[in-house]
Amino acid sequence: MLTIDNLKKHFGSVKAVDHVNLEIKEGEIVSIIGTNGAGKTTLVNLISGYIKPDSGRIQFLDKDITYAPPYVRIKLGVGRSFQLIQLFSNSTVLDNVRIALFSKYGMIRRGLLPADRYSSVTDEAIKILDSFSMSDKKNLTPKGLSEGDLKILDIAIAFALKSKLLLLDEPTSGVATNDKFKVMDSIVKAIKKEGISTLIIEHDMDIVSGYSDRVIVMHEGKVIAEGKPNEVMENKEVKATVFGIVS
Amino acid sequence: MGLTGMVKNPRWIVYSLIFIALLFIPRILSIHDLMLFEYGITFAIVGLGFNLLLGYTGLLSFGHGAYFATGAYTVAMIAKYLPQAYSLEILIPAALFFSMVLSIIFGFVCVRHTKIFFSILALSLSMLLFALLFKLYHITGGSDGLRVPLPTLFGMSFKGIRRPEFLSGTYYYFLLGMFSVSFLVMKGIVNSPFGKALQAIRDNEVRAELIGIRVRRYRLYSFIISGMFVGLGGALWTFVNGHVTADLSHWVFSGEIVYMTLLGGFGIFEGPIVGAIIFTYLKLYAMGNTQYWMFVIGGTLIVLVLLLPNGIAGAFAGLWTKIKKGVEET
Repeated sequence: MLTIDNLKKHFGSVKAVDHVNLEIKEGEIVSIIGTNGAGKTTLVNLISGYIKPDSGRIQFLDKDITYAPPYVRIKLGVGRSFQLIQLFSNSTVLDNVRIALFSKYGMIRRGLLPADRYSSVTDEAIKILDSFSMSDKKNLTPKGLSEGDLKILDIAIAFALKSKLLLLDEPTSGVATNDKFKVMDSIVKAIKKEGISTLIIEHDMDIVSGYSDRVIVMHEGKVIAEGKPNEVMENKEVKATVFGIVS
Repeated sequence: MGLTGMVKNPRWIVYSLIFIALLFIPRILSIHDLMLFEYGITFAIVGLGFNLLLGYTGLLSFGHGAYFATGAYTVAMIAKYLPQAYSLEILIPAALFFSMVLSIIFGFVCVRHTKIFFSILALSLSMLLFALLFKLYHITGGSDGLRVPLPTLFGMSFKGIRRPEFLSGTYYYFLLGMFSVSFLVMKGIVNSPFGKALQAIRDNEVRAELIGIRVRRYRLYSFIISGMFVGLGGALWTFVNGHVTADLSHWVFSGEIVYMTLLGGFGIFEGPIVGAIIFTYLKLYAMGNTQYWMFVIGGTLIVLVLLLPNGIAGAFAGLWTKIKKGVEET
């Protein structure tokens, strides 16, 4: 589904992403781990089109999207959430999801009928909120939500874009420890139901091993290990660079 | 919201009552006050357009006088060079067309930037138009400007009628009709999926882009629609004023458009309308009573920013919400 060949992005002397190769298959949940500055978020920014690479190639569903603008990638089915939550702060929870749906369906050009008149979109937005157990908060603005709910809403927006590939940048950061699994359960349940491929950036190893089919480890812009969660955790190089355990 | 929904909505009931009251205004106000009110209505259309850009898209323009001047000069130039086409049903579409053309050209340049850079670019471009209107004396009348005679309307001539009579009769109802249409169209726009997309851009440009909204393109659309509304306001204003000058494109006039929008409140749909009407009266009475009228206008702005950051309409809306909440709690 997603193939990355030799992708490179340097910021001056900093090698944020350095000749990275990776592949994500249909329906797979892959986690990327690594220390701060390993290049995880830069990689997600490159895949989502938020920044452009220096060289290399990104292929999604057999189409070259290396330099495609974000709206093209979204049309193809690449959606993302953010480490620092990005919401439409003055709109209700329902409208946050509805705007994404209007955009997905190319309806944002429609300028005279009120948004409320598009009842099929409203129903669909409520259904999406339902699948994330958030429909009871549909009339609140983001200011009235907990950190966990904000994260879920951020992901629900990406989900509303009917993404075939979801890029989730630290979906549980800032969420209280006892809410983390609740948040992840709700996200993974919705993802699995739709068979969406997912790339998760995560620091919490319990989350990584609990929800991922495969783990990719990055360090200083390079992929240093890849495999099943338990295999990767036992890798000596990973233990040394990511967990600081020298055996 | 369907027609039945609108009938049941208290907001639409208030709008309808205000519209009915406005029908009787010429019978209540003196001709002087009616003219002032008409100035206010034309500025209300300007405010509606300006606020699409400021309140709903998050872009502050200090150059919207340019589109007002375009609308106004379209009328005045047709009167001078194409008198056979000097009819309201031609003048209004022509003013809309030329303000759209100018908005496309200026907007294309401006929307490549945001914040202060956008504001300065908009201001600079409007001053460019000002310089042209001011210097091309033989075409535009330069600092003397151009006189605007009374137009015809669907073959109906107003020859021999004095301007005050024209303004208190047919034209008032024409103006009211144009305002009502502008109000309904803008209300439709801001509540539509398109309006929601603009608000999304205003609230979070990064997120908007990453849900597939082409941010720059939608800013341009907003700029063009905004410019057309302001151009329409400019065209309608000329018949009340009877004369146009290059000052309309000067940044000081653009500043007045910003001022009236802030006065009413740009966070609320009706705010710029309230601001435009109040500003018209405030400026006239300040000018009529003291040579330091600018001090009054400036002082009001300071008080407004410090005490009523949401503007007059915004303050009333806030008060209403508090009262409603209080009633619900008791």
